[in-house]
Amino acid sequence: MRNEMTLEFTSVSENESLARVSVAAFVSQINPTMEELTDIKTVVSEAVTNAIIHGYEEKNDEKVMLTCAIDDGEIELIIQDRGQGIENIDIAKEPLYTSKPEWERSGMGFTIMENFMDRVDITSEPGVGTTIRMTKQLTSTRALCN
Amino acid sequence: MSLQVNFAVRENVLLVRLNGELDHHEATTLREAWQKELANNGVEHVIVNLQKLSFMDSSGLGVMLGRYKEVQAKGNEMVLCSISPEVRRLFDMSGMFKIMKLVDDEASALEMLGVASCEMK
Repeated sequence: MRNEMTLEFTSVSENESLARVSVAAFVSQINPTMEELTDIKTVVSEAVTNAIIHGYEEKNDEKVMLTCAIDDGEIELIIQDRGQGIENIDIAKEPLYTSKPEWERSGMGFTIMENFMDRVDITSEPGVGTTIRMTKQLTSTRALCN
Repeated sequence: MSLQVNFAVRENVLLVRLNGELDHHEATTLREAWQKELANNGVEHVIVNLQKLSFMDSSGLGVMLGRYKEVQAKGNEMVLCSISPEVRRLFDMSGMFKIMKLVDDEASALEMLGVASCEMK
Protein backbone atom coordinates (compact mmCIF):
# COMPACT_ATOMS: atom_id res chain seq x y z
CA MET A 1 0.00 0.00 0.00
CA ARG A 2 1.26 3.44 -0.90
CA ASN A 3 0.97 6.08 1.78
CA GLU A 4 1.73 9.65 0.81
CA MET A 5 1.83 13.13 2.29
CA THR A 6 2.40 16.53 0.76
CA LEU A 7 3.56 19.70 2.44
CA GLU A 8 3.74 23.15 0.91
CA PHE A 9 5.44 25.93 2.83
CA THR A 10 6.89 29.41 2.41
CA SER A 11 10.56 29.67 1.48
CA VAL A 12 11.82 30.84 4.86
CA SER A 13 14.69 29.13 6.66
CA GLU A 14 12.59 28.54 9.79
CA ASN A 15 10.69 25.94 7.75
CA GLU A 16 13.78 23.77 7.20
CA SER A 17 13.26 22.16 10.61
CA LEU A 18 9.51 21.88 9.99
CA ALA A 19 10.24 19.89 6.81
CA ARG A 20 12.66 17.56 8.61
CA VAL A 21 10.42 16.94 11.58
CA SER A 22 7.31 16.35 9.42
CA VAL A 23 9.07 13.81 7.21
CA ALA A 24 10.62 12.08 10.24
CA ALA A 25 7.20 11.76 11.90
CA PHE A 26 5.63 10.41 8.71
CA VAL A 27 8.42 7.90 8.03
CA SER A 28 8.44 6.68 11.66
CA GLN A 29 5.27 4.71 10.87
CA ILE A 30 7.41 1.99 9.28
CA ASN A 31 10.03 1.88 12.05
CA PRO A 32 13.23 3.02 10.36
CA THR A 33 16.51 2.55 12.24
CA MET A 34 17.98 5.60 14.00
CA GLU A 35 20.59 5.79 11.25
CA GLU A 36 18.02 5.69 8.45
CA LEU A 37 15.94 8.36 10.14
CA THR A 38 18.99 10.62 10.49
CA ASP A 39 19.88 10.07 6.82
CA ILE A 40 16.35 11.00 5.72
CA LYS A 41 16.23 14.10 7.94
CA THR A 42 19.62 15.19 6.60
CA VAL A 43 18.69 14.87 2.91
CA VAL A 44 15.38 16.70 3.47
CA SER A 45 17.33 19.50 5.12
CA GLU A 46 19.81 19.63 2.23
CA ALA A 47 17.18 19.71 -0.50
CA VAL A 48 14.95 22.26 1.23
CA THR A 49 17.95 24.48 2.03
CA ASN A 50 18.98 24.32 -1.64
CA ALA A 51 15.48 25.37 -2.70
CA ILE A 52 15.55 28.36 -0.34
CA ILE A 53 19.15 29.50 -0.88
CA HIS A 54 19.75 28.61 -4.51
CA GLY A 55 16.30 28.17 -6.05
CA TYR A 56 14.80 31.31 -4.55
CA GLU A 57 18.00 33.17 -3.58
CA GLU A 58 16.52 33.67 -0.10
CA LYS A 59 13.39 35.40 -1.38
CA ASN A 60 11.03 34.63 1.48
CA ASP A 61 7.65 34.77 -0.24
CA GLU A 62 7.91 31.77 -2.54
CA LYS A 63 6.72 28.19 -2.03
CA VAL A 64 8.60 24.94 -1.51
CA MET A 65 6.69 21.71 -2.20
CA LEU A 66 7.58 18.47 -0.45
CA THR A 67 6.06 15.06 -1.03
CA CYS A 68 6.98 11.97 0.96
CA ALA A 69 5.68 8.52 0.11
CA ILE A 70 6.12 5.11 1.68
CA ASP A 71 5.60 2.13 -0.58
CA ASP A 72 6.62 -1.39 0.46
CA GLY A 73 9.34 -0.14 2.75
CA GLU A 74 10.71 2.27 0.19
CA ILE A 75 10.80 5.98 0.98
CA GLU A 76 10.31 8.42 -1.87
CA LEU A 77 10.97 12.12 -1.36
CA ILE A 78 10.21 14.87 -3.86
CA ILE A 79 11.32 18.42 -3.13
CA GLN A 80 10.33 21.02 -5.65
CA ASP A 81 10.79 24.75 -6.15
CA ARG A 82 9.75 27.15 -8.90
CA GLY A 83 12.92 29.14 -8.60
CA GLN A 84 15.79 30.02 -10.88
CA GLY A 85 16.87 26.46 -11.71
CA ILE A 86 20.36 24.97 -12.09
CA GLU A 87 22.42 25.86 -15.17
CA ASN A 88 24.67 22.81 -15.05
CA ILE A 89 23.59 19.88 -12.86
CA ASP A 90 26.86 17.94 -13.28
CA ILE A 91 28.90 20.85 -11.92
CA ALA A 92 26.41 21.47 -9.09
CA LYS A 93 26.74 17.83 -8.02
CA GLU A 94 30.52 17.89 -7.71
CA PRO A 95 31.71 17.50 -4.10
CA LEU A 96 32.78 20.82 -2.55
CA TYR A 97 31.39 22.84 -5.47
CA THR A 98 29.32 25.81 -4.39
CA SER A 99 27.87 28.66 -6.40
CA LYS A 100 28.01 30.77 -3.24
CA PRO A 101 31.49 30.49 -1.72
CA GLU A 102 31.06 33.89 -0.04
CA TRP A 103 28.17 32.46 2.01
CA GLU A 104 30.37 29.86 3.66
CA ARG A 105 28.60 26.93 2.04
CA SER A 106 30.37 23.58 2.23
CA GLY A 107 29.35 22.43 -1.25
CA MET A 108 28.43 19.01 0.12
CA GLY A 109 24.63 19.06 -0.31
CA PHE A 110 24.26 16.82 -3.37
CA THR A 111 27.13 14.57 -2.24
CA ILE A 112 25.29 13.97 1.04
CA MET A 113 22.01 13.27 -0.77
CA GLU A 114 23.71 10.77 -3.07
CA ASN A 115 25.47 9.04 -0.19
CA PHE A 116 22.52 8.81 2.16
CA MET A 117 19.88 7.78 -0.41
CA ASP A 118 19.79 4.90 -2.93
CA ARG A 119 18.83 7.10 -5.84
CA VAL A 120 18.78 10.84 -6.52
CA ASP A 121 17.29 12.36 -9.68
CA ILE A 122 17.58 16.05 -10.35
CA THR A 123 15.40 17.77 -12.92
CA SER A 124 15.98 21.45 -13.43
CA GLU A 125 15.34 24.15 -15.96
CA PRO A 126 16.74 27.67 -15.70
CA GLY A 127 13.92 30.10 -14.93
CA VAL A 128 11.41 27.32 -14.27
CA GLY A 129 12.61 25.51 -11.16
CA THR A 130 14.17 22.39 -9.73
CA THR A 131 12.74 19.05 -8.67
CA ILE A 132 14.75 16.57 -6.65
CA ARG A 133 13.43 13.02 -6.38
CA MET A 134 15.14 10.63 -4.00
CA THR A 135 14.42 7.06 -2.93
CA LYS A 136 15.70 4.82 -0.20
CA GLN A 137 14.75 1.23 0.64
CA LEU A 138 14.81 0.70 4.38
CA THR A 139 17.09 -2.16 5.45
CA SER A 140 14.63 -3.81 7.82
CA THR A 141 12.08 -4.16 5.03
CA ARG A 142 14.75 -5.20 2.54
CA ALA A 143 15.71 -8.11 4.82
CA LEU A 144 12.08 -9.25 4.94
CA CYS A 145 11.85 -9.29 1.15
CA ASN A 146 14.74 -11.77 0.81
CA MET B 1 14.24 22.16 18.01
CA SER B 2 16.48 25.17 17.69
CA LEU B 3 20.12 25.60 18.57
CA GLN B 4 21.51 26.78 21.90
CA VAL B 5 25.13 27.82 22.09
CA ASN B 6 27.23 28.20 25.19
CA PHE B 7 30.65 29.86 25.03
CA ALA B 8 33.24 29.62 27.80
CA VAL B 9 36.93 30.49 28.00
CA ARG B 10 39.58 28.38 29.76
CA GLU B 11 42.95 30.13 29.66
CA ASN B 12 43.60 30.62 25.93
CA VAL B 13 40.92 28.17 24.78
CA LEU B 14 37.40 29.02 23.60
CA LEU B 15 34.89 26.29 24.43
CA VAL B 16 31.88 26.15 22.11
CA ARG B 17 29.11 23.88 23.38
CA LEU B 18 26.31 23.22 20.89
CA ASN B 19 22.89 21.95 21.94
CA GLY B 20 20.06 21.15 19.51
CA GLU B 21 19.98 21.21 15.72
CA LEU B 22 22.41 23.06 13.46
CA ASP B 23 21.05 23.81 9.98
CA HIS B 24 21.12 26.71 7.51
CA HIS B 25 18.61 28.68 9.60
CA GLU B 26 20.86 28.53 12.69
CA ALA B 27 24.19 28.76 10.85
CA THR B 28 24.37 32.53 10.35
CA THR B 29 23.60 33.39 13.98
CA LEU B 30 26.12 30.82 15.18
CA ARG B 31 28.83 32.11 12.83
CA GLU B 32 28.38 35.70 13.97
CA ALA B 33 28.39 34.84 17.68
CA TRP B 34 31.37 32.53 17.27
CA GLN B 35 33.41 35.11 15.34
CA LYS B 36 32.72 37.67 18.06
CA GLU B 37 34.03 35.27 20.71
CA LEU B 38 37.11 34.51 18.62
CA ALA B 39 37.91 38.21 18.47
CA ASN B 40 38.22 38.32 22.28
CA ASN B 41 41.65 39.01 23.61
CA GLY B 42 43.55 35.96 24.70
CA VAL B 43 41.52 33.37 22.81
CA GLU B 44 43.70 31.19 20.58
CA HIS B 45 42.50 27.61 20.36
CA VAL B 46 38.93 26.27 20.06
CA ILE B 47 37.17 23.19 21.42
CA VAL B 48 33.78 22.36 19.93
CA ASN B 49 31.70 20.14 22.19
CA LEU B 50 29.12 18.27 20.08
CA GLN B 51 27.66 16.10 22.85
CA LYS B 52 24.20 17.68 22.78
CA LEU B 53 24.09 18.41 19.06
CA SER B 54 21.36 16.08 17.82
CA PHE B 55 21.35 17.12 14.16
CA MET B 56 23.62 18.82 11.67
CA ASP B 57 23.63 19.19 7.89
CA SER B 58 26.04 20.63 5.31
CA SER B 59 25.28 24.19 6.43
CA GLY B 60 26.79 23.21 9.79
CA LEU B 61 29.81 21.74 8.03
CA GLY B 62 30.26 25.12 6.32
CA VAL B 63 30.35 26.93 9.68
CA MET B 64 32.80 24.38 11.16
CA LEU B 65 35.10 24.60 8.15
CA GLY B 66 34.94 28.39 8.16
CA ARG B 67 36.01 28.64 11.83
CA TYR B 68 38.62 25.91 11.37
CA LYS B 69 40.23 27.94 8.58
CA GLU B 70 40.21 31.13 10.67
CA VAL B 71 41.77 29.40 13.68
CA GLN B 72 44.28 27.54 11.51
CA ALA B 73 45.29 30.74 9.69
CA LYS B 74 46.53 32.15 13.00
CA GLY B 75 48.57 29.01 13.67
CA ASN B 76 46.14 27.78 16.35
CA GLU B 77 44.15 24.59 16.80
CA MET B 78 40.49 23.57 16.71
CA VAL B 79 39.51 20.27 18.33
CA LEU B 80 36.10 18.57 18.28
CA CYS B 81 34.86 16.36 21.09
CA SER B 82 31.96 14.20 22.36
CA ILE B 83 30.30 13.64 18.97
CA SER B 84 27.04 11.65 18.77
CA PRO B 85 26.69 8.73 16.33
CA GLU B 86 24.09 10.68 14.30
CA VAL B 87 26.31 13.69 13.73
CA ARG B 88 29.42 11.56 13.33
CA ARG B 89 27.97 9.94 10.20
CA LEU B 90 27.97 13.30 8.40
CA PHE B 91 31.51 14.15 9.52
CA ASP B 92 32.79 10.71 8.47
CA MET B 93 31.09 10.90 5.09
CA SER B 94 32.47 14.32 4.29
CA GLY B 95 36.02 13.47 5.36
CA MET B 96 36.15 16.16 8.07
CA PHE B 97 38.36 14.09 10.36
CA LYS B 98 41.10 14.10 7.75
CA ILE B 99 41.69 17.70 8.76
CA MET B 100 40.05 18.20 12.17
CA LYS B 101 41.00 16.41 15.39
CA LEU B 102 38.34 14.53 17.35
CA VAL B 103 38.70 13.40 20.96
CA ASP B 104 36.34 11.69 23.41
CA ASP B 105 35.53 14.54 25.78
CA GLU B 106 36.26 18.11 26.85
CA ALA B 107 38.86 17.04 29.42
CA SER B 108 40.90 15.23 26.75
CA ALA B 109 40.57 18.19 24.40
CA LEU B 110 41.76 20.63 27.09
CA GLU B 111 44.65 18.35 27.91
CA MET B 112 45.62 18.17 24.25
CA LEU B 113 45.69 21.97 24.10
CA GLY B 114 47.80 22.20 27.24
CA VAL B 115 45.10 23.36 29.69
CA ALA B 116 45.15 21.44 32.98
CA SER B 117 41.90 19.47 33.23
CA CYS B 118 41.57 20.13 36.98
CA GLU B 119 40.74 23.72 36.09
CA MET B 120 37.65 22.87 34.13
CA LYS B 121 34.24 23.25 35.62
